[in-house]
Amino acid sequence: MIPAATDLLAPAVSWPAFAVIVPLLAGLAAFVVGGRTLVVLPAASLGFLVALMATAQVFAHGTVEHAIGGWPPPLGIRLRLDGLAAAFLLMTGVVAGAVAVFARPAFADPDETPGDFGFWPLLFFMWAGLNAVFLSADLFNLFVALEILTLTAVAMVALAGKADTFAAALRYLLFALFGSLAYLLGVALLYGAHGTLDMQLLGAASGPATVTVIAGALMTAGLMAKAALFPLHGWLPRAHAGAPAPASAMLSALVVKAPFYLIARLWFDILPGIATEAMAQGLGALGAAAIVLGSILAFRQARLKLLVAYSTVAQLGYLMLIFPLAGSGGAPQPWAAAAWTGGIFHALAHAPAKAAMFLTAGIMMQAVGHDRLDGLIGIARKLPMPAFAFGLAAVSLMGLPPSGGFTAKYLLLTAAIASGQWVWVAVILGGGLLAAAYLFRVLNRFLSEPQGEIALSPVPRGQQIVALCLAGLAILLGLFSLAPFDLLQIGRLPATIEGL
Amino acid sequence: MTQAMPLLVLSTSLVPAVVIFLLHEAQQRLRTAVNLIGAISKLMLVTVMLDGVARGVVYETRLILLPELELTLRVDALALLFLTLSAFLWLLTTIYAISYLGRGPDLSRFFGFFSLCVAATAGIAMSGTLISFFIFYELLTLSTWPLVVYHGNAVSLAAGRRYLAYTLGGSASLLLGIVWLESLTGPIEFAVAGQVADLNPHTLQIVFVLLIGGLGVKAALVPLHGWLPAAMVAPAPVSALLHAVAVVKAGAFGIVRIIYDVYGTALVHDLGVGLPLAVLASFTIVYASLRALQQSEIKRRLAFSTVSQISYIALGAALFGPFATIGGLVHLVHQGLMKITLFFCAGALSKQLHIHTIEELDGAGRRMPWTMLAFSIGGLGMIGVPPIAGFVTKWYLGIGALQAGQAWVILVLAASSLLNAAYFLPLIYRAWFLPAPADGETANERDRWLVGPAVATALAAILTGVLAGMEFSPLAWATLIVQRDYVP
Repeated sequence: MIPAATDLLAPAVSWPAFAVIVPLLAGLAAFVVGGRTLVVLPAASLGFLVALMATAQVFAHGTVEHAIGGWPPPLGIRLRLDGLAAAFLLMTGVVAGAVAVFARPAFADPDETPGDFGFWPLLFFMWAGLNAVFLSADLFNLFVALEILTLTAVAMVALAGKADTFAAALRYLLFALFGSLAYLLGVALLYGAHGTLDMQLLGAASGPATVTVIAGALMTAGLMAKAALFPLHGWLPRAHAGAPAPASAMLSALVVKAPFYLIARLWFDILPGIATEAMAQGLGALGAAAIVLGSILAFRQARLKLLVAYSTVAQLGYLMLIFPLAGSGGAPQPWAAAAWTGGIFHALAHAPAKAAMFLTAGIMMQAVGHDRLDGLIGIARKLPMPAFAFGLAAVSLMGLPPSGGFTAKYLLLTAAIASGQWVWVAVILGGGLLAAAYLFRVLNRFLSEPQGEIALSPVPRGQQIVALCLAGLAILLGLFSLAPFDLLQIGRLPATIEGL
Repeated sequence: MTQAMPLLVLSTSLVPAVVIFLLHEAQQRLRTAVNLIGAISKLMLVTVMLDGVARGVVYETRLILLPELELTLRVDALALLFLTLSAFLWLLTTIYAISYLGRGPDLSRFFGFFSLCVAATAGIAMSGTLISFFIFYELLTLSTWPLVVYHGNAVSLAAGRRYLAYTLGGSASLLLGIVWLESLTGPIEFAVAGQVADLNPHTLQIVFVLLIGGLGVKAALVPLHGWLPAAMVAPAPVSALLHAVAVVKAGAFGIVRIIYDVYGTALVHDLGVGLPLAVLASFTIVYASLRALQQSEIKRRLAFSTVSQISYIALGAALFGPFATIGGLVHLVHQGLMKITLFFCAGALSKQLHIHTIEELDGAGRRMPWTMLAFSIGGLGMIGVPPIAGFVTKWYLGIGALQAGQAWVILVLAASSLLNAAYFLPLIYRAWFLPAPADGETANERDRWLVGPAVATALAAILTGVLAGMEFSPLAWATLIVQRDYVP
């Protein structure tokens, strides 16, 4: 049996291709026969399994590349699976799989409403789009993958079918289309300057610097709009809060990470030479503004889902700190590796925690009928497990140990102190306190003495367990961070170790 | 076996925590059983380790979280001092809490977090590196908060907010200090001496302030003490946990670790940061005693008394002499025994006789004789009346101060004892020598699980004082620690 298992992981087995094809086929199947349990659960398990195998493949053989159908670029589609891609693949597999299990009772009746019918194909197409973004090795295919992602995400926001969610979806669409245009313009400029869209070739190419810088800036701006990075975050709270809870979990935990992933790839892998000190510090400043503003706005929300959505705006801000902390200029920067790993870790740890929070919010909404914070007073007595899950996820978001969020914060803090950038030290530590302020505001309400009897609709225990498992995963990521850390070392490019 | 031991000790309270969280509210007996099995097996493991460590065995486990980020559990003599105290008091507090809370609401949540607290405390005691210490220190903050807000009313929620504001602010300072230091030296292990010796003195001074500032919140050093009196709204078992078993102890223990195992006494002295800490601790001792005098509520008076007493530990650590060190370390145990007795009694009084303020204590001695006997022993011990444990502490601290050439500390100790007498004796006097109010309820001490723990800890406070010269007494153990690790 052991040799057979090894063969499965051989570089010739195209797990990257399966990672895109399996969810795509699942989406088609769900479209044809509806989201029946018989389709949904096996498909989700298979999707998770493929991500697991792809990760195992990277551990066994290092970076793997595949040209789909054997066509070499620029004609064919080339997929590239390194440690970073595998980590994001696995994160997606875990969260999307969990969301599928969670959503099964909620969207059980595909013949009943259009929302119930639409959810499943959208979920799987979104999953395929995410995996395609993480695996694409050239910038044009990336554009296609990003568009799939955007369209499924916008549709998910509109799923509830109410007037205000349509408005939120439309706003999201406008931001996303602006992002696509800017990104495409950048891609076109790069192609004009270098004659290739292959990420590896671009990374090695040298061309007219000015054009490259403009292209990089355009692509970054476009991707920032899609990732809701400050100041282009305006669409996110309404969109994420308005979608059904499983959809919000996908959007907040995964979809906004894809454009960030590309920004990181762009600066560190594709165009490592172009970052100037001013650009890096500027991006960091935007991140800091996102942390502060997002947290303050989160604190002021009266509804749980909006609070959680604004928390996403704040948490995404940390990702931008990667740029100033990984430094720029020619001098050796021993802390850059920690900064990059910390940023990526933050993105990874945020996923299960935020998904758990939105799912918990969904559970409470289903039980109480609304998500107004003042109506959730004393809910912990009736729904102890979801309240506990929210608490665990909150620990990770605040960056308190032991949790994945703490590991990320520790790495970022190490980089900030080692590079002597005390402003970012203050931002990282202050951000944790701000997160504590708005999250304990919620937990305070949960643990208050109930005012009178709360009438609750029953919530399936399975859903509660899924939310708890995701939150527990965010904690475990802090205790077992060595494996993901090792994974991220595989196929790492020099700029992610030595600085921009 | 020496590798598995620390993990086993952790699991004796982690596993019950998880099991209790999963139990139904109504499964009272099972919850009690799980609680007690955990507490008793922990005590047994600790006893085994006491014997081992006395013979020179070191129990150590390492879990690598990241390169250069290790969770290290290492049981040395100092770790065991704290661990034994918390294991012993946890068992008694659990028994007390089961009886005190009876059939109240949210008990699965309460006892789950209660066990988690004790797991965190064990982790703090056994931490072998600064960052491991921090991880458990934060776990303690997080698991204590739900206990502080247990009642869920406006007052306790406000106290909870205050607790978090202080402790999370402190933890930011602590984390900054730790990461700063480790960015210059690599991971800091308590067992490795002199890791920071070569650094820039100014950096070391700033980091020292950050570290002690962070730890000083839990250790309730003035002016970082404001959360402690506010947290008195929590149920009595939680107060016992905060004041004697876990929280303030964790802060004081951390200060000891920083001074002895990170910086080293010589370096602290050379940097000139020891004396300011000793002054601050002395100020805390006197100031908090004065505040205690002003309180009319029993629990608030006890709270300020804790603020004052816990600083004896910091004082002992900040004066450099073997006797002062012994006095500080042994007070970790002595203060725990005496203060938990007082809180057990205060809880029993409020539960059985609804006595909350000092005026209401009139004649309580006849109504609840065993409780008031234990209370009196605790109070007299705090004052420093021999042969109760508190006397031993003050004696050693006094000699230590003279050894260190800081004779003014004797004045602080004398003033503190006078003030202790001033705020404890009236309570004892009222209880025994004034008549009970005519409409007072009759005595009820039939709930022996509520009164028993207090009597047991009072007895322990006397025995640790009387038998201080015996092997395995807290004093002997503290002497062992100092001889083994801190005498140059």
